[in-house]
Amino acid sequence: MAEMWLNMGPQHPMTHGLWNLRVKVDGETMTEAEPVIGYLHRGWEKITENRKYPQIIPMADRLCYGASMSWSHLYCLTIEDLMEIEVPERAKWIRTIVLEAQRIGSHLMWLAALGTDLGSYTVFLYPVRERELFLDLMQNLCGARMTYNYPRIGGVRNDVPANFERDFTRVLNHFEKRLSDYEALCDQSTVFRMRMEDVGYLSPEKAKNLGVTGPNLRGSGVDYDVRRDDPYEMYDQVDWKVCVEKSCDAYARYRVKMDEMRESCNIIRQCIKKMKPGAIRVKPPRTAPKGKTGWAHVEDPRGEGFMYVIGNGDERPYRLKVRSPIFVTVSAAPEMLVGYKIADVPAIMGSVDMCLGETDR
Amino acid sequence: MIANGLYDFIYGIALWILQVVAWFFNNILAWFSVGAWFVSPGVVEFLTTLLVALVVFIVGFLVSITFIWEERKILGRLMDRRGTQVGFLGLFQNFADGLKTFIKEHIIPDEVDKQLFNLAPVLLIAMSCFMICLIPIGPDFFMANLNSGLLLVFAVFSLAPFAILMAGWASNNKYTVMGGMRAAAQLIAYEVPILLSVAAVVVLVGSFNFMEIVSFQQDNTWLIVPLFIGALVFFISAIAEVERIPFDLPEAEAELVEGWMTEYGGFRWGLIMLSEYVRGFAACGVLVLLFLGGWAGPDFIWPEVWFLIKMFMVFALFIWVRGALMRVTTKQILGLGWTKLMPLALINLGIAIALKMGGWL
Repeated sequence: MAEMWLNMGPQHPMTHGLWNLRVKVDGETMTEAEPVIGYLHRGWEKITENRKYPQIIPMADRLCYGASMSWSHLYCLTIEDLMEIEVPERAKWIRTIVLEAQRIGSHLMWLAALGTDLGSYTVFLYPVRERELFLDLMQNLCGARMTYNYPRIGGVRNDVPANFERDFTRVLNHFEKRLSDYEALCDQSTVFRMRMEDVGYLSPEKAKNLGVTGPNLRGSGVDYDVRRDDPYEMYDQVDWKVCVEKSCDAYARYRVKMDEMRESCNIIRQCIKKMKPGAIRVKPPRTAPKGKTGWAHVEDPRGEGFMYVIGNGDERPYRLKVRSPIFVTVSAAPEMLVGYKIADVPAIMGSVDMCLGETDR
Repeated sequence: MIANGLYDFIYGIALWILQVVAWFFNNILAWFSVGAWFVSPGVVEFLTTLLVALVVFIVGFLVSITFIWEERKILGRLMDRRGTQVGFLGLFQNFADGLKTFIKEHIIPDEVDKQLFNLAPVLLIAMSCFMICLIPIGPDFFMANLNSGLLLVFAVFSLAPFAILMAGWASNNKYTVMGGMRAAAQLIAYEVPILLSVAAVVVLVGSFNFMEIVSFQQDNTWLIVPLFIGALVFFISAIAEVERIPFDLPEAEAELVEGWMTEYGGFRWGLIMLSEYVRGFAACGVLVLLFLGGWAGPDFIWPEVWFLIKMFMVFALFIWVRGALMRVTTKQILGLGWTKLMPLALINLGIAIALKMGGWL
């Protein structure tokens, strides 16, 4: 067969979201790859310039429908840096808990999508079933299941509900057993290992140079985690480890995310123990000085999320810039894809955990 | 056609119908004087053959539809859900689906080769239905008792990939072409091991006739006992033969959208899907006939029921495999077929020859 360009997307089962992966194939071997994004561009950054600061929080939820808590939290951190607000300790503990719960929920959604990519609907339905428990916890906490609108500039919206600790502990106990089930279903399955191992190789140097962050970077053997290297909230108060895998392939990225889910359970347990009663919110100013800047970066479930804001002297920001981890990671797609077969595309891109809401903004 | 219970029964019905017709012509339309021709043996046998074909076809189709139901229910349970609930125990779901696909518009894209595009599903469905006629369901319930029935089944089985390649090529779509090519590549992987494992049975029994294979097993032992390896090879290859997960490469929906049937829609697509289950029917039937003693079983129920029970149990194993595994790639199925299944099938053939030479079986 002669070489030909194959459009995988924008409407294609492999693309979780709306993007186009153009690959040049020679038979079934990929010789070139070119990700095309922008189908989901909403002008998010421009819209924020016409909104007051608190009005942007629910918009930040919509950046990523899979991990909305971490994005609205990142926005609040940025504005707190701009307005120089100190957040009460209890709010920090609560934020750490919900961020880790969000990380588990997001990783479960990723695992489910990976399952459909590899053709196993069992691996799709099991994580979705457990994700439901975390959605229920979030619903108890703030009433919403996907776009939470929970963090506030200077704290969180409300204190934890009754039986919060009991519910979380129960869910985590249950979930950790289930996590072993997934590992039995995936890691111990020869077919899964055959599909995931030795595909999508991304060397540590390439990963660093291309700006890949988060679980994908740690899957390439680079020991970097914003939560440890530049701690925010209460990550420096709890005892946890950064999950790193050395093998640099799709399976390593899978392993990192699975280990992170266990580590998140560990962090949540410690936070619940250490949490003390207190204030959950301080009153923030309505305006920010003209020309003053603020920034924050966090460890989003998909990588390093970064926001940079410039005040305009009134209630609205002059400019709000978002650095999306997947926007950068997707540019490493050719590096991961070229040389492998068409059949490896779902395994490789599935291991990356695409989210187009934040990528196109 | 050798006389059997079904044939005799339907011969009686055909004779009765034709006698009514003959009476009509003899007494009311007497000037035609064709009454005697209607009850001549040739006409009666012709009508009988048609009716037997119809009955066997309907039974095969109903069993195939029940396979779909079985798959929905068991797969649902494996995935911790209930499966379809339409009608009593969900039995009406398939009829509802059939009706839905029947009333959908039949779309032929502009760019396709229209003759081949229309011919390919017809060929595929016809070949699948042909196999129903070749599988005897009981000692008295079959369409044709051929001395080379086993050979003919596999000849028809291996024709399907050509229809798939044709459909993929005619659809004039990159995904469908790749799906068709994969079907051809897959054929190379599984056809040799499956025929070698069948050869072992033929060596032991000394016949290609399903009746003799079953009566041999009734006299001696079920062939799964001496030829367990062969049954295993046959089982794995049969999954590849009917293109089910983990070997559904030609229609790998993650990377190839819907593979070779991307461009088919409406009732054609429905019939193609049904024909896959008809092929599943044939594969399970041959497995039961060759290794599980066919309709051999205690006498308290009909042999046909034993056959169907065994078939449903074999298909349950197919479903289990689907629930547990992911899709493999072309390279991996070729590796599996040639480096694992082929040596196993050869060992199995050696066992069969040793048993035959030693005169133990």
